[in-house]
Amino acid sequence: MDPDTSTTPAPPEQIRAVPVRHPGRWIAAAVIAVLAAMFVHMLVTNPVFQWDFMVENMFSDAVLRGARTTLIMTVLAMVIGILLGIVLAVMRLSANPEVSGAAWVYIWFFRAIPRIVLLFFVASLGALYARYEFGFPFDQQLMDLFGFQGDWRLFGFDGNEIFKGFVAGLIGLALSEAAYMAEIVRAGIQSVDPGQAEAAHALGMSRGKTMRRIVLPQAMRVIIPPTGNETIAMLKDTALLVAVPVTTELNFQLRAIGTRTFQVIPMAVASILWYLALASLLMVGQYFLERRFSRGFGNRETRQQRAARRARDVGSTH
Amino acid sequence: MHKSFGHVEVLKGIDLTVAPREVMCIVGPSGSGKSTFLRCINHLERIDAGRLSVNGHLVGYREKGGRLHELRDSEVAAQRREIGMVFQRFNLFPHMTALENVVEAPVQVKGVSKAEARERGAALLERVGLADRMHNYPNQLSGGQQQRVAIARALAMEPMLMLFDEPTSALDPELVGEVLDVMRGLAADGMTMVVVTHEMGFAREVGDTLVFMDDGVVVEAGDPKQVLTDPQHERTRAFLSKVL
Repeated sequence: MDPDTSTTPAPPEQIRAVPVRHPGRWIAAAVIAVLAAMFVHMLVTNPVFQWDFMVENMFSDAVLRGARTTLIMTVLAMVIGILLGIVLAVMRLSANPEVSGAAWVYIWFFRAIPRIVLLFFVASLGALYARYEFGFPFDQQLMDLFGFQGDWRLFGFDGNEIFKGFVAGLIGLALSEAAYMAEIVRAGIQSVDPGQAEAAHALGMSRGKTMRRIVLPQAMRVIIPPTGNETIAMLKDTALLVAVPVTTELNFQLRAIGTRTFQVIPMAVASILWYLALASLLMVGQYFLERRFSRGFGNRETRQQRAARRARDVGSTH
Repeated sequence: MHKSFGHVEVLKGIDLTVAPREVMCIVGPSGSGKSTFLRCINHLERIDAGRLSVNGHLVGYREKGGRLHELRDSEVAAQRREIGMVFQRFNLFPHMTALENVVEAPVQVKGVSKAEARERGAALLERVGLADRMHNYPNQLSGGQQQRVAIARALAMEPMLMLFDEPTSALDPELVGEVLDVMRGLAADGMTMVVVTHEMGFAREVGDTLVFMDDGVVVEAGDPKQVLTDPQHERTRAFLSKVL
């Protein structure tokens, strides 16, 4: 072929084809519009909703304090659950069969127990022992055996004082969460190419450093989306704290207003709106976390690359 | 030395010595045990019989009172600092930029200050021709560039021995040259190297010794030109006739 420009034919005409019609989209839009109109009509015309009453009561001091308690409980239970979950996941993957077995038993137990059952049980621990003390195992039995008096205890607390309210709820939710997080973290760790740990070992990095610096940061990419799910599930499960009971929590407060004033529906709707808002807030946080830990996987440019590009752009305008 | 996976003996008595500043190239068909042998040198695999020592120290064990004692993880890690390794699949850390990959081990393992490590890391990346790619993540680099970063990362620990496990086998043919150039430079600077490779040209030109392995044994070893042009064994001849 001779690349002579004078004989090159004109480029072919742009294609202007008739697009495929999608009548199904119009039908679906019409059906959905009618259903939405019916729904809005119901919200506006049914007097039971009592919108004014709802707005007036859903931001009372007690409710705002309840929302704060719910958020704090969610965050604390997740933080403890995640930290304990990482420890359990590393234990589960350990070469030591005792350590791995112990983690397996923990996960087996706490995944099997419904959270509401666990919360009832933790709240009743004061009835199991009135006082909980920590010290040398079997100290009294050993003292008796050798004919001494007394015991060897370091510290203790009153069971009925600790295992109630917020703390009991936190213990129950966090212990349960740790079992789920352990499985999520384990899946994340196992998703990282074994060549990564090998490369780190070949550089002389210890097992601990390899885990912290190389494996876990890459595992985070796999760990974060299900952890976001877990956090939202935890937000909702704080409503189970009624089993302890924790009376300062959001749903309890809203329901209390509803039953006291016989306006059950407005307060139930208020509860729905509150959880929607709080869950949306958590989703925003998840978005930023996912972006942070996707470094090196998308096609986003690095800060230095962006700076270099800007410098180039500025340079080229002169 | 010997090495088995389960009941399968993959290394059936390897006896080799690499002198300082020597470049030893190991060739042979896949499954012959070349890579396993290389991985034994820095204890990524443990050996089952015999002795393997680097710079006078047994790898992975200590001999005391006529018995071998396994080394602790931390002691094995200390031994590996002396030995750099380059993998077939690069194994760069994908969540770190090229420079961060190079800086990681000196800072975390040797306790070098960050500023000093970055300066040295930048110099190393320049040496492998990647001064302008320092802040790119591995997935923004070509295979050849990634492998050169991997070489710089291994060099950052200032090893006295470099192991290369088929460093160009995962590369497009046109990118092989740039990696071999870097390795050629290293050899010229006097680095002790053990290279498992299929690049016969590189072995002939840069290697001081060529080892032909098959089925877990060393079939033939000697001067690369000698082995490549006038192989003494039937197996070597058969293999070379297929690859040359």
